[in-house]
Amino acid sequence: MTVFGRTASQLRQDIAAGSISAVEACLVTLDRVSSMNATLNAFNHVDADRALERAAAIDQRRAAGDRLGPLAGVPIALKDNMCVSGMRTTASSKILDRFIPPYDATVVQRLENAGAVIVGKTNCDEFAMGSSNENSAYGPVRNPWNLDTTPGGSSGGSAAAVASRCVPLALGSDTGGSIRQPASFCGVVGLKPTYGRVSRYGLLAFASSLDQIGPFACTVADAALALSVIAGHDSCDSTSSTADVPDYTTALTGDIRGVRIGVPRAFVSEGVDAPVRAAFDRALDTLRDRGATLIDIDLPHAKLAIPVYYLIATAEASSNLARYDGVKYGYRSPAAKDSLKAMYSKTRDEGFGAEVKRRIMLGTYVLSAGYYDAFYLKAQQVRTLLRRDYEHAFESVDVVTMPTSPIPPFKLGEKTADPLQMYLADVFTVSVNLAGLPGVSVPCGFADGLPIGFQLIGRMFDEATILRVADVFERATEWHSAPPPI
Amino acid sequence: MSSLTIADVERIAALAHLELTDEEKQLFTRQLADILSYAEQLQAIDTTGVPATAHVGATASVERADEPRPSLSTAQVLANAPDPAPDAGLFRVPRVIG
Repeated sequence: MTVFGRTASQLRQDIAAGSISAVEACLVTLDRVSSMNATLNAFNHVDADRALERAAAIDQRRAAGDRLGPLAGVPIALKDNMCVSGMRTTASSKILDRFIPPYDATVVQRLENAGAVIVGKTNCDEFAMGSSNENSAYGPVRNPWNLDTTPGGSSGGSAAAVASRCVPLALGSDTGGSIRQPASFCGVVGLKPTYGRVSRYGLLAFASSLDQIGPFACTVADAALALSVIAGHDSCDSTSSTADVPDYTTALTGDIRGVRIGVPRAFVSEGVDAPVRAAFDRALDTLRDRGATLIDIDLPHAKLAIPVYYLIATAEASSNLARYDGVKYGYRSPAAKDSLKAMYSKTRDEGFGAEVKRRIMLGTYVLSAGYYDAFYLKAQQVRTLLRRDYEHAFESVDVVTMPTSPIPPFKLGEKTADPLQMYLADVFTVSVNLAGLPGVSVPCGFADGLPIGFQLIGRMFDEATILRVADVFERATEWHSAPPPI
Repeated sequence: MSSLTIADVERIAALAHLELTDEEKQLFTRQLADILSYAEQLQAIDTTGVPATAHVGATASVERADEPRPSLSTAQVLANAPDPAPDAGLFRVPRVIG
């Protein structure tokens, strides 16, 4: 029996049935991670001893006849911006190079209560800022489909770990597309839940009005399973919602007849590469064939989402990242011993990478006296218009669909010289965060052997409907099933 | 606004407690000017009377009972400090007042 290639739900069944032990599954996973990581650089840190210890505990529970959780024995990887007590957590930044969290993120507690076995922390763009994973202090992740290509970002390591069948599940965080875009680039399913659906306690904050944690998986059913485990209210995160958490796996009925799917024709008509456009059009045909009704909609302010996002997200980042000052934890510059102020400035210049500094600078600028109204307040007002666009659209449709990225996965180094060009490629993902909506990216094609995905976007707290549509699409197509040639 | 100068970048860097190198100042002056000039398209949008969206969560504020709860020990808190003074239970920093 091999572990890789099995979904999380299959593996959970195998372990419950005793056809493989959790320890065996963990050992095979650790081997796979070790052999893949030499090529992909998807993991910043693997904790084999801890994982084997947890796996052994699952086997003991089974032997004792205790109830097994919904993820019992399932290996999982976490983006390296989520705190696990005692496990190094760096956000792929030099400034947190030696940070050992003294507490668990709420998602970690929920996963482990469900029996999941955390094998390690995945590489990402520094503090989740980037769209190619090239902003990591520990080097870029490589796309398992083509090693000269980026896996997308910022959760590139989590996407590559799932795509390369190292683990059946991984968590990422999505502030402007950081789960959906790498899922699209690596040919896996990536779900950004509604703002407030999943607790962020223990997630290193980037932009607090946008950040959300969500799963990567090879199938929609596994993403639904993972969301059912991690979603729910948490008294440690005042932004987490008290809305009931359904069992998302039971939402996958296989029937989308009569579901109204909105297509923002004008928005998706410009700047989309031909192979992406072809794959998206084909996906629309499949959804129509399965009984969905396609309806043209208009999102007149969606094209403004990029400037709105990059003003708001950087403003919030400049505030959130003020805590990294070389005093309480993390790196401190050895160069400034004689003044506190110089210590702060040198520590932050040496500890942060270029993209993080660029965003702190931009955010500080737009919040500074004389520019606040013209940039930050204006962006918040246009954010309202954008939300209204979606509210209006959801009066006549149940789901909105668009490509996940306007371009197929690009080469490493191709966009690093021009940050604005990198930002513009986030055009289809950022508006979803600004409106707080759930979105899932699903594989829908290939361009020169590289995966392409498309997005299904739902009403707030209606993950069930987008997962149902995504599952029907997955059942009707084969794009998700082939593993990368690595 | 797109005519960002090195002096602007130095002023922002001071506000953000970033001691940039000369090379970084040059680079950021050009790149931030590009990004801000792109963002200027927002100025053309009429937002008269449009409220700002600061977040999309529930509008009611959340409270909890003001009761003591377990927290981290001083040793745990100091464990990650670059220059802890564990006997005193303090973080040590360079001189604050020159």
